[in-house]
Amino acid sequence: MTKPKVAFYWCAACGGCEETVVDLAEQILDVVAAVDIVFWPVALDFKRKDVEAMPDKSIAACFLNGAIRTTEQEEMAHLLRRKSQTLLAFGSCAQLGGIPGLANLWQRESVLERVYQECPSNVNLDGVRPSRQYRDNGHSVTLPTLFDTVLTLDQVVDVDYYVPGCPPTPKLLLEAVQALLGGNLPPKGAVLAPDHALCEECPRKDTRPDKLMLTEFKRPHEALIDEEKCLMAQGLLCMGPATRGGCEALCVKGNMPCTGCFGPTSRVKDSGAKALSAFASLVNSNDEKEIAGILGNIADPVGTFYRYSLPSSLLRRKRVEA
Amino acid sequence: MPDGNHGPFEPRIVAFFCNWCTYLASDLAGTSRMKYAPNTRVVRVMCSGRVDPQFVLDAFARGADGVLIGGCHPGDCHYQEGNYKMLRRFHLLKRLLAQMGIEDERCRLEWISAAEADKLKAAVNDMVEKVRALGPLHLAIPKEEFAEEEVAVS
Repeated sequence: MTKPKVAFYWCAACGGCEETVVDLAEQILDVVAAVDIVFWPVALDFKRKDVEAMPDKSIAACFLNGAIRTTEQEEMAHLLRRKSQTLLAFGSCAQLGGIPGLANLWQRESVLERVYQECPSNVNLDGVRPSRQYRDNGHSVTLPTLFDTVLTLDQVVDVDYYVPGCPPTPKLLLEAVQALLGGNLPPKGAVLAPDHALCEECPRKDTRPDKLMLTEFKRPHEALIDEEKCLMAQGLLCMGPATRGGCEALCVKGNMPCTGCFGPTSRVKDSGAKALSAFASLVNSNDEKEIAGILGNIADPVGTFYRYSLPSSLLRRKRVEA
Repeated sequence: MPDGNHGPFEPRIVAFFCNWCTYLASDLAGTSRMKYAPNTRVVRVMCSGRVDPQFVLDAFARGADGVLIGGCHPGDCHYQEGNYKMLRRFHLLKRLLAQMGIEDERCRLEWISAAEADKLKAAVNDMVEKVRALGPLHLAIPKEEFAEEEVAVS
């Protein structure tokens, strides 16, 4: 009997999601015993032409991580969609846009200018920029082009399931593989993680006051963080109440507030707006000036509340003047 | 009613009015036959505190040029502190909108009691004029164009 074929691919992401596969440790042997990995550029030497040569729908499941922000990534997303029966958006970047999605506060031109010219650590006297075509000694190389707007995977192709996290935990990956192998999958479009807020599974849950009001917001480096007490009650912007659980409160166990990488639960449309709403209502003041002062310590609202989800938010990107 | 798609630009303002104050003020403006700019689409909510920031973003995302929120005066909330919750959210929401390139005048919070039909009229007229001066919001994601970087393959 032939084993189901599985592919892993990496688009606009840091590589952390690939690390999840490696972090399966010995359990990866069970995975490899059950499936054939036919494409995994980070670890195995298969090329794009190998994928192109496969019959359509011959890959049982493709785990694609990373947002889509270049022409090449867009092409690969379409190719892998065509070759795969099930396509999973793996990790925050593919699901929500992720950290690279914060580039939606800028445009291609401003991104390139910063990275290739303005950045203080750069030495680029000739102002060289990446170009689509490069010719040298009669050889010509084509490079992909950067998009103005970072996209989530499902803004480019049809996605069957989502595995959340930055990166997803090995446990979630294993559960997803088992669900795929066992054929007991939830309805299409589901997020393969529990559908409750992180606070539900937080070990500090019981230390959260019934009525929580705050007169100060602190950033982690400004506080001596108590290791037992609810982080919100300590004035830290812990995204737990507006974030899906399933990570088993890894960051909170490390005494750091949740930054929201698991995205919203199914009942929330725009997790950033919801988190903003939750924290603003906790301000213990009815005076406009005082409110402004207390909320003033939230340095970067978009970067705080949409850290992983700007491209999937209602506004998707910073407005571009027409 | 101008739809904003044909002819000169007519701002589309989505207005969230609280059931107990501002909505009654708009009712009073109507029964008093007051005339004011017809550009608002009013959504009645039970309390300005019910206005989830998601509603505001959704309105902008779906083509509103401005969003007006009307609630009871501080201290007058039917539910005691719903309008204060709105006030707190509004402050943070405005900072977020500024980061997203949406001008200050496009999102506005007004305290208008059930008796203040004239204040409602003034607020709507003023907002419509300010948004008209700004022009359409145009939030559409621009099409990706790479033409300027294309080099003919030799």
